[in-house]
Amino acid sequence: MTSQMARQVTPQGSPMAPVPYRVTRSRAETADTVTLTLEPVAAAIPEPAPGQFTMMYAFGVGEVPISVSRTGPVLEQTVRAVGAVTRAVCGTRPGQVLGLRGPFGTGWELDSARGRDLVIAAGGIGLAPLRPVVLRALADRDAFGRIAVLIGVRTPDDLLFTGELDEWRARGAQVEVTADRPAPGWTGHVGLITSLAGAADVDPARAVAFVCGPEVMMRVTAEAFIGLGTPAADVRLSLERNMRCGLGWCGHCQLGPLLICRDGPVVPYERAVPLMTVREL
Amino acid sequence: MNATLELTGLGPLYDALRRAGYTVIGPTVRDEAIVLAELDSIDRLPYGWGVRLSPGGYRLRRRDDGAAFAHAAGPQSWKPFLHRSRVKLWEATRTEDGFEVKDQPPAPGRLALLGVRPCDLRAIAIQDRVLTGGRHTDPSYAARRDGAFIIAVNCTEPGETCFCASMGTGPQAGPGYDLALTELTGEDGPRYVVDVGTDAGALVLDDIGAATADPGDVERARAEVTAAADRMGREMPALSLRDLMADSLDAARWDDVAERCLSCGNCTMVCPTCFCTRVTDTTDLSGDHAERWQLWDSCFDPDFSHLHGGDVRASAKSRYRQWLTHKLGTWHDQFGSSGCVGCGRCIVWCPVGIDLTVEVAALRDEAAEAAEAAEAADQSTG
Repeated sequence: MTSQMARQVTPQGSPMAPVPYRVTRSRAETADTVTLTLEPVAAAIPEPAPGQFTMMYAFGVGEVPISVSRTGPVLEQTVRAVGAVTRAVCGTRPGQVLGLRGPFGTGWELDSARGRDLVIAAGGIGLAPLRPVVLRALADRDAFGRIAVLIGVRTPDDLLFTGELDEWRARGAQVEVTADRPAPGWTGHVGLITSLAGAADVDPARAVAFVCGPEVMMRVTAEAFIGLGTPAADVRLSLERNMRCGLGWCGHCQLGPLLICRDGPVVPYERAVPLMTVREL
Repeated sequence: MNATLELTGLGPLYDALRRAGYTVIGPTVRDEAIVLAELDSIDRLPYGWGVRLSPGGYRLRRRDDGAAFAHAAGPQSWKPFLHRSRVKLWEATRTEDGFEVKDQPPAPGRLALLGVRPCDLRAIAIQDRVLTGGRHTDPSYAARRDGAFIIAVNCTEPGETCFCASMGTGPQAGPGYDLALTELTGEDGPRYVVDVGTDAGALVLDDIGAATADPGDVERARAEVTAAADRMGREMPALSLRDLMADSLDAARWDDVAERCLSCGNCTMVCPTCFCTRVTDTTDLSGDHAERWQLWDSCFDPDFSHLHGGDVRASAKSRYRQWLTHKLGTWHDQFGSSGCVGCGRCIVWCPVGIDLTVEVAALRDEAAEAAEAAEAADQSTG
């Protein structure tokens, strides 16, 4: 599956010009969410770090910021169809070509958490940008203490990456899933993701927490771990705002002092929370 | 480069700029306003015209001294010439198994900007920082900026809505000009003391053989610029605007502004530093040809902050707060300076005359009252 072609550096040109990537695989995650495997048609973009995003372009339709859900030799991005552009991106079939710009933004900086326990807490599609953290931590399992992956979904049908959660467990991660609204046959946890906080088999005081999901979910989850003893300085969130350029020029992704494309999307909890608590900032 | 020279008229300077291949852009009277446009003759300068400014008001008035630059900022800044309102970024064509993108090479400009007021000179430096000073450079802006020759004009005639002195951006031109003029009026018409900022500026003056300035004229020019600082029609309250904005996010004053603000976005269009753009992708009817354009955008458009869940800043109140707190506050965090240069355009061109110096003073007073109330509460409980 992986191209053995040596990666070329992006040709010099406008940072606004999409670089063609071919979809080599499309996997339906849920009714509205798809994971695409992408290979460069010719030149490649630089390798994204876990937590970074690209601007994905569907020819003739438009461009959207989408986080990278697998980094390294295989590039994957997981997209939920919520508008015209994301519907077109999700509908791209293997063999067809999309455009990518990037990667942009700050990453999770997993290396700074070496030797620590890891809490990886995701709400819904928020698991996509956290998956590279899980995969990278499991690939270097001995570098970290205990690893807890906590996933909250609205319904069991909204769970992503269902085919690999058991593998994550087998490779040494605790994976817990909770559904807000269970469906017939669901035997797992029921409730908000905060109800899983106590079940995380980590030492909260020596854990680093990586949290991504809706803003309310991130706040309450972060507060739950801080309540259990995780230092606030060791909690990181991934934020989302309207983005048009990814380059720091268009002004759309401002959240107070932050340009999310440049200063985010991954932001320390202590920096993010005073901004998230102001309505309509 | 530190020589001070003098010109009795601007005709030779204009001719030298044209010989050097520059398109000369400068102020001229059109549609009852002093606009910036290409000058096909130096006679197009607004000799003998001034302006009368007020919140929501702009009128030309006659002057009897024949001055070309004795008018405050007009409806445009230099922004349309450097950070263009519509830029084609690329076009793409569908191929058998994908698409091919053809970059639009930036259109180089070779513009001489004649009559850049100190506030606007600072505004250009601020846009330089935003569009070329980060990790990524806007190619269109950079190409036009690199080719620009700047002739600043020290301000001797601030308007009723001007407050550059309190923003530290004028009336004396800061760095960044090739040449800086100070206009002196007299019975023989205006003459100009010229400061040289760059080698390129010196070369142009060599070409026309400008004379060394008369010391008396230099002294008078400096004195008139100094005196202009005391004749500003407005003043920005002297305090840390960055702190005031950060501490005022929940102020009641925003509700008051929202009662008046039409959310029209005029302030963002006339602001010389507002840089926001949107990216628009289009296709032709065949679906085989696509283009991407970058267009000016405004944070007053509800769609500006749209996410799949809705608009983040749905209320007019939140959009005005975003504009003002960004301009005066978070701009420091993002780009290392204030985003306001005190030109007063947003006051003049606001259809309902919202005056940011008044709004800032109100926010300051509200913060002071809140602090007093908190202190009183402390004492009564303590």
